[in-house]
Amino acid sequence: MTELLGLSILELCYIAASITFILGLKMLSSPDKARKGNLIAAYGMGIAILATILFKEELTADKWLNYALILAGLIVGTVIGTRMALKVKMTAMPQMVSFFNGMGGACAAVISLVEFDHVMHGGTISSGMLVVILLGLIIGSVSFSGSIIAYGKLEGKIGDKALPAGQILNIILLLGMLGMAIFMANTAEPQAIYIYILLGVSLLYGVLFVMPIGGADMPVVISLLNSFTGMAAAFGGFLYGNQAMLTGGILVGSAGTILTVLMCKAMNRSLTNVIIGSFGGGGTAAADDGEQGTIKEISVTDAAILLAYANKVTVVPGYGLAVAQAQHTVHNLEKILDDKGVEMNYAIHPVAGRMPGHMNVLLAEADVPYPKLLEMEDANDDMSNVDVVLVIGANDVVNPAAENDPSSPIYGMPIIKVLNAKNVIVMKRSMGKGYAGIENSLFFHDKNRMLFGDAKDSLEKLISEVKSL
Amino acid sequence: MVNILQLFVENREFIFLIIVSIFLGIEVISNVPAVLHTPLMSGANAIHGVVIIGSIIIMLEAHPTNYLALILGFFAVVLGTLNVVGGFVVTNRMLEMFKKKEK
Repeated sequence: MTELLGLSILELCYIAASITFILGLKMLSSPDKARKGNLIAAYGMGIAILATILFKEELTADKWLNYALILAGLIVGTVIGTRMALKVKMTAMPQMVSFFNGMGGACAAVISLVEFDHVMHGGTISSGMLVVILLGLIIGSVSFSGSIIAYGKLEGKIGDKALPAGQILNIILLLGMLGMAIFMANTAEPQAIYIYILLGVSLLYGVLFVMPIGGADMPVVISLLNSFTGMAAAFGGFLYGNQAMLTGGILVGSAGTILTVLMCKAMNRSLTNVIIGSFGGGGTAAADDGEQGTIKEISVTDAAILLAYANKVTVVPGYGLAVAQAQHTVHNLEKILDDKGVEMNYAIHPVAGRMPGHMNVLLAEADVPYPKLLEMEDANDDMSNVDVVLVIGANDVVNPAAENDPSSPIYGMPIIKVLNAKNVIVMKRSMGKGYAGIENSLFFHDKNRMLFGDAKDSLEKLISEVKSL
Repeated sequence: MVNILQLFVENREFIFLIIVSIFLGIEVISNVPAVLHTPLMSGANAIHGVVIIGSIIIMLEAHPTNYLALILGFFAVVLGTLNVVGGFVVTNRMLEMFKKKEK
């Protein structure tokens, strides 16, 4: 009776957790409920974890070590996770998400390793379930090593490197992993060495998968790896017949995939193309240096005059704004221009920065009101009425090559058409290339003036100039 | 082939649940404004930390002298907790900013 009661409570808790995940995701989709949604999902997770510890197995004295280690693991993870999450700067948020995602993937891979070890030591299991274990291992490992590479790349510790014939190698590895999983599920005597080979190949695939990808693809990769980990969690749920893991994992898997597809669409690229991974490699070579003209610089004073006497100013923010932590400064400029009767808004490219919505989060931190943030389409429709466009630390998302140079790797990606405005000022640290590593003909265009320097520094100078006018 | 059919028949309720969940996942986030893409991704990231339950099950089922399983299980619990706690805290930090703004 008590055992039955415990199991009932456990299942009820899993149902409750599943509901909180659904509600949480739903609420995360609307600005005023998002925070509550996140908390609700967190409570659901807490309930599911607690219920598993208390009711999954009968509490017995001989397993004291097991319980002690579970508690120790929870405490260690909570302390480290909380510290990292609270310390991280807004600019480093994307790599933080990528890192935590990798931890989830690693967790799924380790679970599969232990379960395979059970099978090796006389556990009985259907070959179908063995496939589930192996798929959990493959996807979890790819997600882990891929996320860590993405983390390293965003931290600037790992550069873009493309292997020769990297695409073919990736496809061979992918087929090799699947073939090996099928072989292992069907062979009469699975050997321990097989699973370590599979683990190694999966980790290698994750590395090679993310390594050549650079440029605007990074948000897509993180989102894709996120849905991978969701799938790995779902495989675990399938293995244990656990509804909370299953619904949580599948929800993230499908929602993450949709998010990934939306982002691919925004860049006019197919998901297959991203998965095979070719962006960074071909891109740098394709850039032609032929049609460069001369660059015209603008002084801070001239830029301030241009801004102060405009009717309408649009800011196009990019990663440079995040790096310089200039979100508050740009909001100050907005307020000062507003006092002078200049209307200033922001044109947000969906993949500006290093993550989808990166710029929205950043500007929200600086209390920029929602209506000031225009989505790309709206901004482009209105562009001909804009007197001055201020491009702050953005590059690829305003590169006209996406529209008029079929040889460019970003050809076909929708951009913010800043050249439709009357004047363009590009604020940039140097003449360096954007994240995709390609030249930007915008810088050499007649309408454009360059204002070199750190974004925050330049904006502060602009503000004091505008004030004194 | 027989194995796959057997897996399907034995787990048909779960497969049903999986398919419904896939559509639910798509439906639930289909109206997300671009503003919330990052927090949503981060929140979803925390939710797949539910994989931690698998690591707890490993620990509970491990024989007290099976040290390999205990050690690996311990690491899995730590990794899963990092995913869950880190994920929710980071998401909450991002969303705090949205809240401030509404005043």
